Amino acid sequence: MPVHPTIQESSQGLATRPEHSANSPLSIHAMTVAYHRKPVLWDVDYDAPPNKLIAIVGPNGAGKSTLIKSCLGLIPRASGQVEFWGLSYKQARSRVGYVPQRESVDWDFPVSALDVVCMGRYRMIGWCKPVSKKHKEAALSCLDQVGMREFANRQISQLSGGQQQRVFLARALAQEADLYFMDEPFAGVDAATERAIVQVLRKLKENNKTVIVVHHDLQTVPDYFDEVILLNMRVVAAGEVSDVFTSENLHKTYGGRLTLLAEAAEAVARASSGNT
Amino acid sequence: MPSASEILQTLTFQSGYNTNLVILGTTLLGLAAGIIGVFALLRKRSLMTDALSHATLPGITVAFLVSTALGVNSKSLPLLLFGAAASGIIGVLCIQAILRFSRLREDAAIGIVLSVFFGAGIVGLSYIQANAASGSAGLNKFIYGQAATMQPPDVLLMGGIAVAAMLATFLFLKEFALVCFNDSFAQVDGWPVSVIDLVMMGLVVLVTVAGLQAVGLILVVAMLIIPAVAARLWTDRLLQLVIIAGLIGAGSGYLGSVISALLPRKPAGAVIVLTCSGIFLFSMIAAPSRGIISATWRRIRLRLQIEADHLFEHAHENAKFVITQVELKELSQFRAWSPAFRWVLIRSILSEGQVVRVSEGFELTRAGANRGAQVSRNHALWEQYLMSYADVAPSHVDWSVDQVEHVLSQELVSELERTLSSRGIMIPQPNESSV
Repeated sequence: MPVHPTIQESSQGLATRPEHSANSPLSIHAMTVAYHRKPVLWDVDYDAPPNKLIAIVGPNGAGKSTLIKSCLGLIPRASGQVEFWGLSYKQARSRVGYVPQRESVDWDFPVSALDVVCMGRYRMIGWCKPVSKKHKEAALSCLDQVGMREFANRQISQLSGGQQQRVFLARALAQEADLYFMDEPFAGVDAATERAIVQVLRKLKENNKTVIVVHHDLQTVPDYFDEVILLNMRVVAAGEVSDVFTSENLHKTYGGRLTLLAEAAEAVARASSGNT
Repeated sequence: MPSASEILQTLTFQSGYNTNLVILGTTLLGLAAGIIGVFALLRKRSLMTDALSHATLPGITVAFLVSTALGVNSKSLPLLLFGAAASGIIGVLCIQAILRFSRLREDAAIGIVLSVFFGAGIVGLSYIQANAASGSAGLNKFIYGQAATMQPPDVLLMGGIAVAAMLATFLFLKEFALVCFNDSFAQVDGWPVSVIDLVMMGLVVLVTVAGLQAVGLILVVAMLIIPAVAARLWTDRLLQLVIIAGLIGAGSGYLGSVISALLPRKPAGAVIVLTCSGIFLFSMIAAPSRGIISATWRRIRLRLQIEADHLFEHAHENAKFVITQVELKELSQFRAWSPAFRWVLIRSILSEGQVVRVSEGFELTRAGANRGAQVSRNHALWEQYLMSYADVAPSHVDWSVDQVEHVLSQELVSELERTLSSRGIMIPQPNESSV
């Protein structure tokens, strides 16, 4: 049964923003997501400005990954709409790229780094056709952009965690999208990988792309990103980093863990599972 | 014991029509199961496959009862296999439903479905045995398998499934790989993950149902999974994995049925599975890089390297150019080297030209002295790093240094040098000409 939230807290930092338009690569309207009957995101409204690097930050369990997964249709939405350039995800899919969390796959899989990057080209290749030389070249140049060309033929379990992350990034580059979603690309990576990712992000921005990144390191937000979404089960604040990345907003996001929302979510979960 | 000529005859399809049918059928079955099993394994569906095969039993009994009641020939194989496939699929759907509508985890859901369906099948079987007029005993063969009853249509079925498995892999290798490796990415990328999954699962159902007669529902999962895990030990490439698994499956089907033809009253299904397990065992021991022999060899080589490092470090720090037999004994005691290990260690550094034998013991060559200086310096670098960056108390540093100094790569060493020199800590390079 869909859950309709009865408690809504106002979203700040949205007042001056335009309503979702065909210009916005991503516009989320009144989105609520429940996971195993427990609501994890309440009434999210957000319009991503084009050509920006956007961070999603918030404490553990704030729903950061859930936000991007439900935008991409991996987790069903209880209510609300998501549009990409004014289109549905299905229509806009070929312009969207995705970097899942590194831990979400088994890295002992029998493929090489190049094989994984080629997966980003599959939708251009189509059903039943093998990967042609042209697409292999494209994949190699994506590996080059993340400094991994020399590891192209390495089996993926023989790469370090940071190198695996860069392979995932290269696969997303191979998708040649206009809007990228990246789930914790900076989590647990070495300094060289962090530098490589930042370089790629800046280059994507130069090429008029929009990138939305789930991020956990507050210190680097002002350095790496133009825009930030402060999330804790709802959008606490969203907008340009210089406007909304304030200690007051951060306190609202991270302080006082068990907010009214979290308690309400727990109550809903308890009630629907029948053990009060 | 069969004679050599008997063995040769059976191996080369010269021991009669029926035996040939069985050998050909099980070989084709093994080929199909080996190929399809790779995707079941990579999709982490091994246990699910086991549940599927056990869940076929109630379908077989129901199909038998229904066809008896309708007066159709109750021994009609296609009808029984259809029932098997249907209830196997229902079993898999039950697992999905349990996962969706309860908080149980997959292992529990599989356990429940496997045992409940198998239990229901056994009840159905005993009901048939007690009540049916005739032909009931034949149903037992689906549990343990009875390859000897294989008929030409069965062999054709196996061949058809083997061709289907190869064709599907040839066409959809890329799609199967994508879904097995990263289904969420595949879904976001626009691939119909559930359809691709359905094709993979459908092939598993086909192989399972076709294998029921030959190896039985208890053992058919082995035909799917063991060739794939054995092949995984030999290769890191997907296409090679599929080919090797297919060959291992076909090889065990062939060898297993030949062996069971030569030894009377040995059930083919069990012998095939044992043959397959034998290949797996061999792979586990002998496979390059992933096998036990190769892993042990790597461990010994690493230990030799580390202990030789200790030896040269000891010489460097005590400014010794000759290690006497007495010192070597003392060092062995301190480092807990057994006499055998010491012997191997000395052989290895002698052969690398880092020491030469002299009358009192062993003299370090220039290469040996350099190695000591290098290890010593790595030790110092790491120690400094831990003290200045990781806030480790100086008294605690030595232990962790001992673990790390041997595995520092050239890259890490230069990184350490950079980091430390930025803090004004310089550790001089060993001076090679002073030796």
